Amino acid sequence: MQREQLESAPSAAADWPDQIYDLLKQHNVRQVGLVPDAGHSRLIKRCLADNDMKVVSLTTEEEGVGLAFGAWLGGEKSVLLMQSSGVGNIINMLSVAIAHRTPCPILVTMRGDFGEFNPFQVPMGNATQACLEAMGTLVKRADKPEDVAETVNATLRLAYNTYRPTATLLGQRLLGAKTFGR
Amino acid sequence: MTVQIGVGETGKLMRRDVVQALLENRDGMLAIGGLGAPAWDITAAGDSPLNLPLWGGMGAAAVMGLGLALAQPERKVVVITGDGEMLMGVGSLATVAVQRPRNLSIVVLDNEHYGETGMQETHTKHGVDLVMMAKGAGIADSRLVRTAAEVLQLRADIHAGNGPIFAQVKIDETSQPLVLPPREASILQARMREAIMGPQAHLQ
Repeated sequence: MQREQLESAPSAAADWPDQIYDLLKQHNVRQVGLVPDAGHSRLIKRCLADNDMKVVSLTTEEEGVGLAFGAWLGGEKSVLLMQSSGVGNIINMLSVAIAHRTPCPILVTMRGDFGEFNPFQVPMGNATQACLEAMGTLVKRADKPEDVAETVNATLRLAYNTYRPTATLLGQRLLGAKTFGR
Repeated sequence: MTVQIGVGETGKLMRRDVVQALLENRDGMLAIGGLGAPAWDITAAGDSPLNLPLWGGMGAAAVMGLGLALAQPERKVVVITGDGEMLMGVGSLATVAVQRPRNLSIVVLDNEHYGETGMQETHTKHGVDLVMMAKGAGIADSRLVRTAAEVLQLRADIHAGNGPIFAQVKIDETSQPLVLPPREASILQARMREAIMGPQAHLQ
C-alpha cells in the first residue's frame, strides 16, 4: 500500500492529463523524456502503456534536452516532462536546441507556486518562467483545466513548426497543494 | 583497414588513428562527436553529413546518441567523446543502460585531461574508472581499450550491432592540429537529417 503522496497531483476526476496524452498522439510524439512528477503521474502511465511511445526515464532533466536533439536528428518528435525545479537543471543545455534549431517542447508542472508547503520548491518555482524566457524559450501558462489542452497544443505546435524550445507551465492550482493543515 | 593505429611517446594510442579506424568504411553509421577534440577528431577522419560534431552541450553526447539510436534502430550510432565530457553527464550511462539500445556505442577517448582549457587533469587521471561506472550502470559490455588489436575488436563489435557498448580508450595526451567542422549548428542538424531521411526531412 502506497502511503499518501507528499507531492500534489491532479484529482482522479480531472481529465486534462488524458487530453495532453491525446495531443501527443495527434502530433505523433514518439519519444517521451521525463523526470517524474506527481502532477504528471497519470500522463506518464498513459505513455508507458503506449507501445508506440518510447518513454525514457532520465537521471536529470538536462539529459532530456539532449534526448530531444537526438530524437529529432533521427526524425522523431519528442516531448519533455518535468516539474519546475527541473527547469533549473536544463538552462545551459537549452543552447543545444537553440543553436541547432531543434523542436524541444517541455511540459512543466509547477511547484513553489500557489500554496506551496516545501520551502525548497519556492525559489526555482518563482524563477521558472523568467529563467526559461531568459534562455529564449517561448513560455505559455495554464492555470485552469479548460485551458490546458489549448495551451499545450500551442506549445507543441510552436516547437515542431518553428524549431525551438517551448514550454507550458501547468500551474499548481491545477494540481492542488498539500498543506498539512498549514 | 588502411589505417595504421599508432602509439605516442607515452606508449598510448594516437586518438586520430583510433577514430579513423572506427569510422573507416562506416556503412552509414552515424557519429556524434563530443565537444572539443573528439569533434575535431571525427572531422579529421572526414567531414560528412553522417557526422554531428558538437560545439556545446557538454555532458549530453551519450544521451543524444540514445535519442538518435531509438529513432533509427536500423542504423548504427557511435558517440565519440572525451573523458571530461563523459564525467559531466555520467548519470546518462544509467539512462542508456535501462533502454538497452542494440545499435548504440559510446567511445570515450580518455587522455585524462581537459584538453581545450589548458590540460587540467580530469578525475580519470586520479583513478576514477569509467568502465566500472558504466558496468555499474548496467552496460554489460563495458571495456577498457589500450592496444591497436583491442581497437580493431571494438570496431568489429560496434559494426556487429551488439550494443550497447561502452569503451574507455586510453589515448596519448598530445594535442593534434585543429580540424574544425562547420560551426553553424542548424546546418549540422539539417544535413544529418537529410542524410537519413532524404529531402523529406525538411518537410517534417
